[in-house]
Parts: sequence; structure tokens; C-alpha cells
Amino acid sequence: MCGIAGLFSKSSSFEERLGDHLSDMLIQMADRGPDSAGVAFYRNPAPSGSSKLTLFSPEEGYDWDPIAGELSSAFGGSNGPEIRASHAVIVVQTDADDAGRWVIDNHPELRVMSAGQTIEIYKEMGDPREFVERFGLRELSATHALGHTRMATESIVTTEHSHPFSTGLDLCLVHNGSLCNHNRLREQLRREGITIQTDNDSEVAAAYLTWKMREGASLTEALESGLDDLDGFFTFAVGTADGFAVLRDPIACKPAVMSESDDWVAMASEYRAIAVLPGAEDARVWEPDPGQVYIWEKEKV
Amino acid sequence: MGTTEQTAEVVDLSETSIRELNQRLHDAADGGPQAWRITHPGGLHAIAAGINAPLEIDIDGHVGYYCVGMNKEANVRIHGSAGVGLAENIMSGTVIVDGDASQSAAATGRGGLVVVRGNAAARCGISMKGVNIVVEGNVGHLSAFMAQKGALVVCGDAGEALGDSIYETHIYVRGSVAELGADCIEKDFKEFHTAELTGLLAEAGVDADPADFKRYGSARELYNFNIDNADAY
Repeated sequence: MCGIAGLFSKSSSFEERLGDHLSDMLIQMADRGPDSAGVAFYRNPAPSGSSKLTLFSPEEGYDWDPIAGELSSAFGGSNGPEIRASHAVIVVQTDADDAGRWVIDNHPELRVMSAGQTIEIYKEMGDPREFVERFGLRELSATHALGHTRMATESIVTTEHSHPFSTGLDLCLVHNGSLCNHNRLREQLRREGITIQTDNDSEVAAAYLTWKMREGASLTEALESGLDDLDGFFTFAVGTADGFAVLRDPIACKPAVMSESDDWVAMASEYRAIAVLPGAEDARVWEPDPGQVYIWEKEKV
Repeated sequence: MGTTEQTAEVVDLSETSIRELNQRLHDAADGGPQAWRITHPGGLHAIAAGINAPLEIDIDGHVGYYCVGMNKEANVRIHGSAGVGLAENIMSGTVIVDGDASQSAAATGRGGLVVVRGNAAARCGISMKGVNIVVEGNVGHLSAFMAQKGALVVCGDAGEALGDSIYETHIYVRGSVAELGADCIEKDFKEFHTAELTGLLAEAGVDADPADFKRYGSARELYNFNIDNADAY
């Protein structure tokens, strides 16, 4: 069992409070996943020509200033670090791929949690309630965000094994369920040159989407082919630069609820995570059909 | 089955715990308020589960998992939608949902009536054993799986594997059936079935013509293992 929460703002005033509301949703899902928690926030786009990295250090009190300086010297002026608990966001004057690769090559002690124009991923072991406070999530504004609370089944509990998993630039995936064919698929994807950092099944699903989209598939196409290639049960929520997508396995082993009001679109594992949103009582509520891709994106809402 | 009036005992779930509410409802079997109104359900689980008294209950909003589970005698109206396992193993009484119901509504129900005004998701009436279910909208896949007794009325469409491995439940569907499950076949209406369907539609307050429905039931080929079917496994 795990918990998922996704929230998409339809108004700029709601964006200001999105972190607060997503935090409330995540806390409602704490019972479904007390092992660890994570979020992806889409916010503060990096200026054109620059990109944004979220980095994680397992070392308590890690000094982020030197790496920010090194990134400046390597690529020209950087912004940040903006530090949140064990994570830091740094804006770099180069594209996200180059910046990410530079960190992997030069600072193997760090983990690149996300790279892109707007995405920031924070995740950590422990109770979701503490996570929300420790990372100061309530103060974050965002256009949209995904959250996950984890009850581990397929692999150990570490920060790296927590969700969301980045699936590419400005893309991430959270998963409720478990996959059976992840070991073989992981080997296949590695042969295709896709980087997979843990033995976690959900990361393989993320990597699978990365691979499909690298081969030219749209997000919808990649998710639809996942219905054939990913053996197991799942509710996925995938964050994109413009919104998010939801897919349940065709047997509908795992729950999902969606809701829409004038101010927001929300999805969650259970309705109680939506009930805490303003205006929930008058919002439209429905259960997404199994095997059906649902996408919300800025221009489409 | 009229709505409860001002005399109803009001319990606000934003202030009262589920455990306290359910204890009070259980205690009502020995006397006390018979009409209840539950406010701010907020998608919480196990609301009004395990009642064993002819109470009249209104719930104002959406409920979570296993709402009104194991119900005996109470008449419950949910003015919202319901999560997984609505009225699971209901024994008697009536449960009416104004909105949708998630998976496994009325699963294993032994008696009583469950009415869903919207859609029910997958596995509606799974292993039902005597409950009657009326869904005004659609039902999802694997509904009435291994159903043994009672009736499932679907005014909309039914998903895949309807009535898979069914025993003796009567299924009535007005719309399309995506696919019938193993050993579930279309059957003729006999006088009994028309009367049963007419009665259930009336009891559920649904305005529909019984003549628009098709009936499905068991071909009774899977009751005993037949070696000729071995290839099917």
C-alpha cells in the first residue's frame, strides 16, 4: 500500500497556496505510507538558457556553497543553493542534461533528484507529517505538484528508494502497487542506455517511460504501451512540465479518485485526501476507469 | 424511507471520532435515538459499520472505505459518493448512495437492498449471497463474480467478465455488456423475473421499463469440475 496525491492549480491565487494544500493531502495519505514521503513541485521556472537541479546529500549539514561555486565556474553564474533539509536547488546557466551529468561526474557523493526547467523533487525517509514540516513544503507556491507516501514492498526503505522517481527532464513518476517483471525490464532498459540507480520496481516504470519517450512516444503513448509491457498492478501519477497524467492497471488493483473544482484538479488514492481541499464538497468527484490514460495540462484545462 | 427530520441526532465527524460514532450507533440497538444525521464524513473509513438496529441514517457528503459494512436493519442514505467496499456483507436494511460507489460495492452481501444512483466501479456485488443491488448507472468489470444469490440490476452498461463463475444470482442489464464472464449466459424472462425486476426498480425508486432489460444468469456448466473443461484452466 502507498498513497498518492496530485494537485493542479487552475487559478494564480491557488498557486500561491498549492504547497499548503498538497501538504494537507499528503498528511491524509500518511496512513497508507508511513515509511517515506516525497513530492515533486513544479514552480519558479529557470530563465531560458538556464536549468534547475535538485540535489540530495545523505551527509547531514552538507555545505552546498562550494558546489554552487563550481557550477558557476563551469557554466557561468548560478543561483542558489536554495536549501531544504537534505536537498538543495541550484539554477545553472546550461541545459539540464549537461548540468546533471556534470554533478554525476564531479560529485558522486550527491544524487541528482531532478533536472529541468521547473521541477523540484524532495523525498526522505520517515513519517510524512514530519517530512512536510522539515522541508517547509507549506510555504511553496507551484502550478502543480505530486506527492507520495510509501509503504515499501519490493525494495528497502532509503531516500533513494522513495518516490517520486525522475523519468527525464521535468518528468517524474509516483506509483502505488508493485511490478513483477522489473528485474528483466531493468536489464533491458540498461542495455538501451537508460540510467537506473536502484533495485526499486517503480524506478523501472519511470525508466520505461523515459525510454519510450526518448524513442519518440508521447507521454500518452508511453503510458499506453506500459499497459502491455509492465506486468503487475499499479496506479501511476506522472508529473510533466505542464500538468500530470494518471493511469491505473486494467484490473484496477489499486485505488484512485479524481476531483475537479473551479480552482483545482486533484487526484489521490483516497477521497479523504481530496476532502481537505477548499471547495471539495462542491467539486465533481469520480473514479478514473482502469487502463485509461488521464492527462491534465495547462492549455487543456 | 423518508429523510430524517430535525429530530435526528446529529454527529459531526469533524469533531467526533469514527470509533465513538460507531459505538453510539451500536448502542442504539438497546434504545436511544433512532434517527441520525452524520455530517462532514470527509471520506473517512468504516462510517456506520456494524449497525444492528432499524435506525434511519443520513450521511451528508462523500464517505470512504467500508461504509455501512455488515449492516443489519438500518436504512442509510449517503448524500455523496462512496469508497471501496460500500455495504460489504450487508445482512438486511437499505443503503442508498446518491453519487457513485467505488469497487466491491455490496460485496458478499447476504440480504437487504443497495441502491447506487450513479455508477458503481469494478467488482460490484462480488460473491453476493442474497443482497439485491440496483445501480442506476454503469458497473465495472468482474461485477457479480461468483455471485450466489440475490439480484443485480444495472440500468446502464456492464464492464468485462460480468457474472464470471456465477451460481444463482439474477442479473438484469438495460445497456450493453462489454463481455460475459465464464458460465454466464443471457436467459429468458419468466414471469417471476419480470415481477422481481419490476419490484426492485419500484423499491429503488428508479423509473425504468423492465421490458428494456436483458437477463443474465448461470449456464450451470461449472458447478462441478468436468474433465472436458481441463483445457480451459
